[in-house]
Amino acid sequence: MNSATTKVLANRSDWNIIASWVQPGERVLDLGCGDGSLLKLLIEERGARGYGVEIDAAGVLASIRNGINVVQSDIDQGLAEFEDNAFEHVVLSRTLQTVKHTENTLREMLRVGREAVVSVPNFGYWKNRQAVLNGRMPVSEDLPYQWYDTPNVRFFTLADFEALCAQMGIVIKTREVLDAAGQPVHEEHNFLGSLGVYRISKG
Amino acid sequence: MTKKQTSGVGLVEAKRAHFDTPLTLRSGEVMPAYDLVYETYGTLNADASNAILVCHALSGHHHVAGHYADQPKNVGWWDNIVGPGRPLDTDKFFIVGVNNLGGCHGSTGPASINPATGKPWGADFPMVTVIDWVHTQARLADLLGIQCWAAVIGGSLGGMQALRWSVTYPERIKNTIVIAAAPYLTAQNIAFNDVARQAILTDPEFYGGNYYEHNARPVRGLRLARMLGHITYLSDDQMGEKFGRGLRNGNLSFGFDVDFQIESYLHYQGDKFAGYFDANTYLLMTRALDYFDPSREENGDLTAVMKRASSDFLIVSFTTDWRFSPERSREIVSSLLAAEKNVSYAEIDLAFGHDSFLLDDPYYHAVIDAYLKKVQA
Repeated sequence: MNSATTKVLANRSDWNIIASWVQPGERVLDLGCGDGSLLKLLIEERGARGYGVEIDAAGVLASIRNGINVVQSDIDQGLAEFEDNAFEHVVLSRTLQTVKHTENTLREMLRVGREAVVSVPNFGYWKNRQAVLNGRMPVSEDLPYQWYDTPNVRFFTLADFEALCAQMGIVIKTREVLDAAGQPVHEEHNFLGSLGVYRISKG
Repeated sequence: MTKKQTSGVGLVEAKRAHFDTPLTLRSGEVMPAYDLVYETYGTLNADASNAILVCHALSGHHHVAGHYADQPKNVGWWDNIVGPGRPLDTDKFFIVGVNNLGGCHGSTGPASINPATGKPWGADFPMVTVIDWVHTQARLADLLGIQCWAAVIGGSLGGMQALRWSVTYPERIKNTIVIAAAPYLTAQNIAFNDVARQAILTDPEFYGGNYYEHNARPVRGLRLARMLGHITYLSDDQMGEKFGRGLRNGNLSFGFDVDFQIESYLHYQGDKFAGYFDANTYLLMTRALDYFDPSREENGDLTAVMKRASSDFLIVSFTTDWRFSPERSREIVSSLLAAEKNVSYAEIDLAFGHDSFLLDDPYYHAVIDAYLKKVQA
């Protein structure tokens, strides 16, 4: 397996977890859907139906090529196109750190969906901490960008995310934490975990 | 990306169909008989499942693509998107273009002879609306043996016809492609149309719409109407970039003749249009725009109307279009989402305002191409 393939798999390590939470026939909204691959997986593997939202023109085109419903929109502007409780799951995979209006995005997700599924890279992962201790911004499996060309605008740890949920009265129903190789982490999640995958709902 | 493999559909010819089953229009008036001119490109397959209807906008017509043997320079208005290997791929699809009832390019319209009087219809031509056009297009589909369109596509007023199709004949349309359109006109849209109509209606050569029998044409009014319309089809940025404050002759004339290049351009566009278009058709088309509002049938609830649709949808808007802005397309998208229809929406960053929908832009065409590649023929 070459390194490029490994990277793709690692980048999709949260997909199986997300897929396992989606029941057949459920309505799913995938925010920041990219080329639509995750939604396509949920449709084909889990019999889900739904829509992707993507701001990037190339992603919109790729999603249409993938045959999925995609709406070109900026999730930072809210989800005004969508009605309350229109979806069983609203998915935000590896995207929350690119959104400026974090609280509003979480509120909007829980307005249009019964449940939200959020996966976030962990800036508190030990390799990232080590990089900062060595005086450099982290570049790791789940944070693959250099500081000068990153789409990320919010930098937070899993502990930070969980604190925000508590502050907003959001209930974390399930948490799965993965290391950089995509393997489950069962202890010291904010130190050993590279990616957190959460099922959240309104309190 | 879509690359032009060929020079398009090449030689084409217009056809004419006569319909003598009376058609009751939305206004309640009855059109006893009428002609529609149309063109087709590509080949209808054995089960007639590969047909795409292209609906035209305000000044469009049936000549969508290709050119005529005796008029090599008369190229169809949307030639860049139709042909082998192009998004409206004539190797796969059978494409139909039709001049709408009330038009001035060969279909029965105000300049046609009214059989009841032996004179041009003129002011007596009934008001036609978008749903009336959809009914006439359905009759043309019957004639061509097309029970169900693979897709109906259009930009601007053409997009409104596509939207109308989706809820009027849901069982006869599989895909609806609505480009640079709106679910209904705003007050500002209607206001622009009103000024355009007033320019025509107050032209002394208009003669209450019966100018044909006076051997006159309200050219000045039509010219003004087109100039006004043209401003709304372009973006401020594009106009600024193309013309800026550029002077035609380098100096100010200190008079009211043409000084600025934008004036020269608008006058040229107005003159050209007024030279061939029929003023009564312009009045009808703008009124059809004003009256378009499918949500009226459900007390303003567009979602309730769109629930009738069974097709899939592609909605496209352009960032610099202020005549029918992206927000207007989003209204359509929202209603389709609420109605749980299959819909994709692309908001395309092009500088050319409302007229962007006619451009040969690689990304724009790739979006249409990608969508139509998924359409079963």
